[in-house]
Amino acid sequence: MPQSTVRILFRFLGSMNLAITLLVAIAIAAVIGTVVQQNQPYPDYVLKFGPFWFEVFKRLELFNVYSAPWFLGILGFLVLSTSVCVYRHLPLIIADLRDYREHYQRTALLRQPYHQQLELPATAVSMERLTGLLQQHHYRFRIKPQDGETLIAARKGSAGRWGYIFSHLAIIVICIGGLLDGNLPLKIAEWRGKLVVETRRIPASEIPPLSTLGSDNLSFRANVDIAEGDQANLAFIDYKDGYLLQKLPFSIQVDDFRIEHYPSGQPKSFESDLTIIDPALKQPLKQTIAVNHPLNYKGFSIYQNSFGDGGSHLSLQVWPLQRDGQPFELKATVKAHTPLEQQTLEISDFRPFNVTPDASGNKQFVNVGPSFQYKLRDATGVANEYLTYMLPNQQQGRWFFVSGMRSKVAEPFEYWFIPADQQQSLQRFMRFYQDLHNQQKLRQIALDAVDSSKSIQPADIKQRQTVVAFMLKLASQFVEGGYPKIAAEIEKTVPEDQREQVAGLYALTLQKLLKNLYLDVLHQEGIKTDAGLSEFDNQFFTDAVEAANLAHFYGSPWLLELKQFQHIEATGLQITRSPGQWLVFPGCLLLVLGVFCMFYLPQRRIWLLLEPQAGTASLLLAGQAVRNRYDFDREFALLAQQLQSFKS
Amino acid sequence: MKSLEYSYQPVSYWQSRTAYDSVWLLLLLAGSSYVAFEYRALMDGYEQAILVFTALMLVVLGWHWHALKTLLLVVTGFSLLAVNSYGTDLGRGETAFLLKYLWASQSAIMWMSALYVMATVCYLAALLSNRLFVGKVASALTWSATAMGLTGLLVRWRESYLMSADIGHIPVSNLYEVFILFALITALLYLHYEQKYQTRSLGAFVLLVISAAVGFLLWYTFDRHADGIQPLVPALNSYWMKIHVPANFVGYGAFSLAAMIGVVFILKNRAQQLNPQGAINSRLPDLALLDDVMYKAIALGFAFFTLATILGALWAAEAWGGYWSWDPKETWALIVWLNYAAWLHMRLTKGWNGNPMAWWALVGFFVTLFAFLGVNMFLSGLHSYGEL
Ligand code: HEM
Repeated sequence: MPQSTVRILFRFLGSMNLAITLLVAIAIAAVIGTVVQQNQPYPDYVLKFGPFWFEVFKRLELFNVYSAPWFLGILGFLVLSTSVCVYRHLPLIIADLRDYREHYQRTALLRQPYHQQLELPATAVSMERLTGLLQQHHYRFRIKPQDGETLIAARKGSAGRWGYIFSHLAIIVICIGGLLDGNLPLKIAEWRGKLVVETRRIPASEIPPLSTLGSDNLSFRANVDIAEGDQANLAFIDYKDGYLLQKLPFSIQVDDFRIEHYPSGQPKSFESDLTIIDPALKQPLKQTIAVNHPLNYKGFSIYQNSFGDGGSHLSLQVWPLQRDGQPFELKATVKAHTPLEQQTLEISDFRPFNVTPDASGNKQFVNVGPSFQYKLRDATGVANEYLTYMLPNQQQGRWFFVSGMRSKVAEPFEYWFIPADQQQSLQRFMRFYQDLHNQQKLRQIALDAVDSSKSIQPADIKQRQTVVAFMLKLASQFVEGGYPKIAAEIEKTVPEDQREQVAGLYALTLQKLLKNLYLDVLHQEGIKTDAGLSEFDNQFFTDAVEAANLAHFYGSPWLLELKQFQHIEATGLQITRSPGQWLVFPGCLLLVLGVFCMFYLPQRRIWLLLEPQAGTASLLLAGQAVRNRYDFDREFALLAQQLQSFKS
Repeated sequence: MKSLEYSYQPVSYWQSRTAYDSVWLLLLLAGSSYVAFEYRALMDGYEQAILVFTALMLVVLGWHWHALKTLLLVVTGFSLLAVNSYGTDLGRGETAFLLKYLWASQSAIMWMSALYVMATVCYLAALLSNRLFVGKVASALTWSATAMGLTGLLVRWRESYLMSADIGHIPVSNLYEVFILFALITALLYLHYEQKYQTRSLGAFVLLVISAAVGFLLWYTFDRHADGIQPLVPALNSYWMKIHVPANFVGYGAFSLAAMIGVVFILKNRAQQLNPQGAINSRLPDLALLDDVMYKAIALGFAFFTLATILGALWAAEAWGGYWSWDPKETWALIVWLNYAAWLHMRLTKGWNGNPMAWWALVGFFVTLFAFLGVNMFLSGLHSYGEL
């Protein structure tokens, strides 16, 4: 290239216009990066922007702006431009720092933005007084005799010029450090086909080498969840629409995880006891980490990031809801799949306690006990989701077991309240509800009801059978769909003008059947009912009928009751390696230093040209300030005033 | 005949300290030693260092600005009275008369709000009537509001510890608290420039921003009931919060101040062209002064914002596992910073000044506002401590 082209290029790179354009470009890119949420799963973007714009945005890498080549390119240019700028300014500034401008002649002084001519009595002026005054204003000076006159050239605030160098060098250093820690190497490896993003949910042992990074990777940020008592020597890097496996040169063992809570149930602190197992260590390294207190080991930092369930063991009691049958026990593990007849039980979470604001509203909190959340997936893959509490919960003075159901993840749970008996168990309700499915028992109860009825002749076998059949049908409709189902049947089969009357009759019959069924349950429990029911038993009946009425919403063949649990927690760790920080942090210090110097130690110059004449000394005071003119106005005026006062 | 031996007596920084300055130094030494000793169990080494640093800063600031000394002494007095009145029983906030109506944090903050609004009205009245007395009243109201607000924050700090020792924390942890901080810092910066440059006519404009902040605060209190003291989430529980947040708010406050000075500049510039003899032109400060103070405010804001962003990065390196995550709040801080870096370059190297820079300062304010509030409202991320 010819000399002049290089020079033009150089000048362009170091130009202010380019610098400002780059600053603005980075700002705009950053705005885009915050408006378009970054690093989300691709399907979410397709939904949000439609297939066309999704493709366009993907090409422009708007889903990972901050690691996009074009963005890194702008950053690179900024580094280059700032470097050139510093390179070009450095010699000038250093020359300027050495220079007191003591060669300035009277004409040059008169060209300065500040100058003032003073006449003082010769006796009042001495070199010491003049320089003393300058020193008082923190100026440093040089004295130069110029044919018959004496020039004192003074300046202060050279740190201001250093500030420029510090701060701009700092920008370069910080950017280079940041680029080192960015995922530029991953980009390059991916581009060269040495790296493929893994998008499948598969066990770590099956992840192919092409998606695995060795433990010699210099810079990364990866996550791993480890259950208490377990250890891991790998972690996962979120990358684009998938992840990469990062191997570690040591194993991390989690000995214990603890979480503390505020009375309101909010987490207060969480911490993990870790052991680092490394062949290079004579003896394993033990340390406790907490939020804001990471562990640093061999350039790796291990952070307490999150927590979750590490596969708690739950003992469940399975109550059949859609047939009569004995409850049975089931052992299940959180985060694992457990077959349950034709269905699969997928427990996603277990919480050892749930704190909610007290219903009384006076800023008290109550712990309503453990809960677990799970999906029941049938053979066709359709699943409902449930949230079930272990202990009964008090509502208006009565105790209920509570379980929530939803068929779509986005919806809130709908809760089913099942009354608890006097032993705080599900036993009585389940007996009652299962008897509702027991045809034999129902028939027996219906027959007894018919027998005790005065309106039906015992001899009229046909009528008796019709009535019993009718009662059984009502019961089965009630079980299938509660009162609404019965009402719907009436609407279908009964002319409009008779509906009300029929509905009344049906309700009465059903009520009677349910009551007798309930009394039978009480008799089974050994409770005598001849003298009427206790208040509790009465209320329980009402609640049980209401629960049975709503049972069909629950949409599950089982109610899973949590009997016992062994809580196992998992700690979420973040493991990082960022060698760039050893550039970034010192760079930051330099930046702060530079910026404060630039603003608060601005460079100023003062000249005093002294021309002794008979009796009076003629003084030319001149000054120059790069910035903060307004303050310099005052300083200059003050100086002039102080010089004037020499007269007296 | 004057003596030839008359030699110039340089008065050094130390020699120009008054007796009041010495008392100030002693009080701060005594106060911070007491705190360091009394609460040593609650502070780690970093917090002790922050305490020492804060005390030194206050010594220097107080020596530099006399009114500040008086303000802080009054605030300390109020706060001690309130703390004493509370004893160990938070419930006294409802029963003790002076707490309930003056010094319990919520009451003090209500006083602050009312006084700032009154000050705004007075500054406006002073500008319109051109009466010195009204202007003095406005300044006094602003000082009083600031005293009440500072007291409110300090007392709130104590109240949080009275709730429970593990809930206690410095009151800069959520949007409600930092809005108070914002109003206070903006007011203090303004008062400093007002004293230094005799620019009371700026008050009406600057206090407008503070009144807007107060309006938000009241809405946030009464509509959202966000004024309760909440325990800290684990990530916030760090000494970094004590320096990162205040540094940030010096930045926000200074940028807002600069923007309002920009508005005055634009108005005055207009008035000068359209109606040089009019009241607006004659009552607003000189354009050169406005330009200069605007630059100073932005420079101050920029320096502190740089510091705050860096402190944030250091904190992030400790809490989130990386000094920079491109989290929206972080990213917007960078945008604000780049914007003012460009502003400073234009002014200092290209020599731009006047109207365009004033407009740019105003635009910068909206960028800042977005970083401060908009991010919480529209974007989600790691910094989700002050959601609206
Ligand atoms: C991210 C990049 C940059 C940042 C944040 C930045 C920041 C600053 C700041 C804050 C000032 C202070 C103004 C003052 O003295 O009060 C400044 C001054 C200056 N900057 Fe930059 N700058 C950057 C890049 C550049 C580049 C690329 C150039 C070269 C074209 C440049 C040239 C200058 C010059 C010449 C000055 C004035 C120095 C003086 O007169 O003391 N800056 N910069």
